[in-house]
Amino acid sequence: MSLIDVAPLRIVPPQIRHARRPQRMLERQWMVNRAGGWIIFVTGFFEPLFYLLSIRVGFGALVGDVDDGGTLIPYAEFVAPALMAASAMNGAVYESTMNIFFKMKHEKLYDAVLATPMTSGDVALGEILNATLRGAVYSAAFLVTMGALDMTGSWWSILMLPVAVLIAFSFSAIGMAATTFMRSWADFEYVPAVMLPMFLFSATFYPLSSYGDWAWIVQLSPLYHGVATMRGLNTGDLSWAMLAHVGVLAALAVGGLTFTARRIERLLLP
Amino acid sequence: MNPPASTPLIEARQLVKRFGDFTAVGGINIEVRPGESFGFLGPNGAGKSSTMRMIGCVSPPTSGDLNIFGLDATRHGKQIRGRMGVVPQLDQLDEQLTVQDNLIVYGRYFDIPRAECKRRAQELLEFVQLTDRADSKIEPLSGGMKRRVSIARSLINEPDLLLLDEPTTGLDPQARHVLWDRLYRLKQQGVTLVLTTHYMDEAEQLCDRLVVMDGGRIVAEGSPNELIREHSPREVLELRYPAGTNEEHAFEVEGIGHRQEALPDRILIYADDGEVALKEVHARGSIPESVLVRRSSLEDVFLKLTGRSLVD
Ligand SMILES: Nc1ncnc2c1ncn2[C@@H]1O[C@H](COP(=O)(O)OP(=O)(O)OP(=O)(O)O)[C@@H](O)[C@H]1O
Ligand SMILES: [Mg+2]
Repeated sequence: MSLIDVAPLRIVPPQIRHARRPQRMLERQWMVNRAGGWIIFVTGFFEPLFYLLSIRVGFGALVGDVDDGGTLIPYAEFVAPALMAASAMNGAVYESTMNIFFKMKHEKLYDAVLATPMTSGDVALGEILNATLRGAVYSAAFLVTMGALDMTGSWWSILMLPVAVLIAFSFSAIGMAATTFMRSWADFEYVPAVMLPMFLFSATFYPLSSYGDWAWIVQLSPLYHGVATMRGLNTGDLSWAMLAHVGVLAALAVGGLTFTARRIERLLLP
Repeated sequence: MNPPASTPLIEARQLVKRFGDFTAVGGINIEVRPGESFGFLGPNGAGKSSTMRMIGCVSPPTSGDLNIFGLDATRHGKQIRGRMGVVPQLDQLDEQLTVQDNLIVYGRYFDIPRAECKRRAQELLEFVQLTDRADSKIEPLSGGMKRRVSIARSLINEPDLLLLDEPTTGLDPQARHVLWDRLYRLKQQGVTLVLTTHYMDEAEQLCDRLVVMDGGRIVAEGSPNELIREHSPREVLELRYPAGTNEEHAFEVEGIGHRQEALPDRILIYADDGEVALKEVHARGSIPESVLVRRSSLEDVFLKLTGRSLVD
């Protein structure tokens, strides 16, 4: 929680604070999607639906209730918010890795954009928001599906959406920052190599306590902080620790954004 | 908003660009006045694009002063870019959008209202004769068409200054003439043009004034005519001998004219009167496969200044 308290705007570097036109990158994406790019949103909608159905009819019946820090909750309700966090992450990472790489290295899009009054901060913030949007749309579809399948636990569940947006933003920022280091398509092999273990071992499928002595490793995973927050909101079991989790995500968001803007300057404005 | 006509639109003093230890631009001075069209001529690697990128405020100078529109390029890049159009050496069109949308979205980067962007896009596509391709994607266009889209796009903000890095490289002669005509019209409308080129005829056609760059330095400066007058005799006699025998023949014709240049495929003899020089070649009993007498050009100036051919 202290992270938010000591985060005055000054830790955000001038590149970002002086960004005035990030929305232009969103406008551009809208013009691209108009011509058929919206199809990704359809696939993004079906994925969570299949996930949730399989849990509801499959695992849920097999596993029964889970002890989440003292309270017993049905397994489906336990795992659904974690999957929602993961879908926010996935949407954001898809968009902020391969797609950004194509635009940066092959299309030379940002070189052209930076020849206008647009700045490195505009490009970084705009493209990260763009990837965030994709993660947010996936999460919203997920939340609606959860509601329809009666897997939400309380009215606090609605707050899972803004948290999902934060998760998407943080992962977009980290994803784009990482992409600025990619030299060729082969380097993208590392993306699933990082994402899959993170997906499996972020207290996604079983509570933190079951990791025993290794719990501290789980806590290093950015996704874990998203999962923990989402889970608390879904059960309505709020705690101060959730603010710290949100703080970690926010710090990652600002860090990734700053780093990305600096990298763009180094790579494209030599 | 415009500075008075006497103050230069671009003013560079001791401008340097280094990449690590490598000096791409080694301290150049230039002045471009409003309405002028100014050229950078030079071989590959001379530092033309590096200079253009500094003027375009997408590459910070390592040292020296650079003022554009009377503003310091390092501190006011955003404002300067807002009043400038840029055609980069390699097209950077948005391949995910149509031709027309390329222009519209580019206008939006300058905060031009959408409706106005649309209006200008139509006008500009007409200007570059691509109205019938407005809804085409970029990929199927020919190289010359893409170049014209790039030029149209660079004009969307009605720039006061247009930077063109090798605008016609790779185009067929007809497409080049169309482009020259368009650039000439812009110049007449008062747009200041700054361009780089490898083509002498292009420089002669388009530039009021130019600098010859080599190895990051300016080696000569003036109008095309001044440069030719100053650095090259009036006529050139070109002699072609059977392949691989240039060297021995160069020996045969030594001393004729003011100066000689043995290129891989021909020998050039610089003289006030090419016919007189040719008579002397014949008098010495040397028999070239073919001969040509022509007026000297910027290419000859370049050859003399840098000892290298421009197009390689
Ligand atoms: N980003 C960079 N990093 C390192 N070296 C660079 C960079 N950009 C240019 N150079 C070097 O600077 C020198 C000048 O390059 P520049 O592109 O300015 O030449 P040019 O005159 O435009 O040549 P050309 O006619 O081939 O386009 C070259 O040797 C090039 O390798
Ligand atoms: Mg160049």
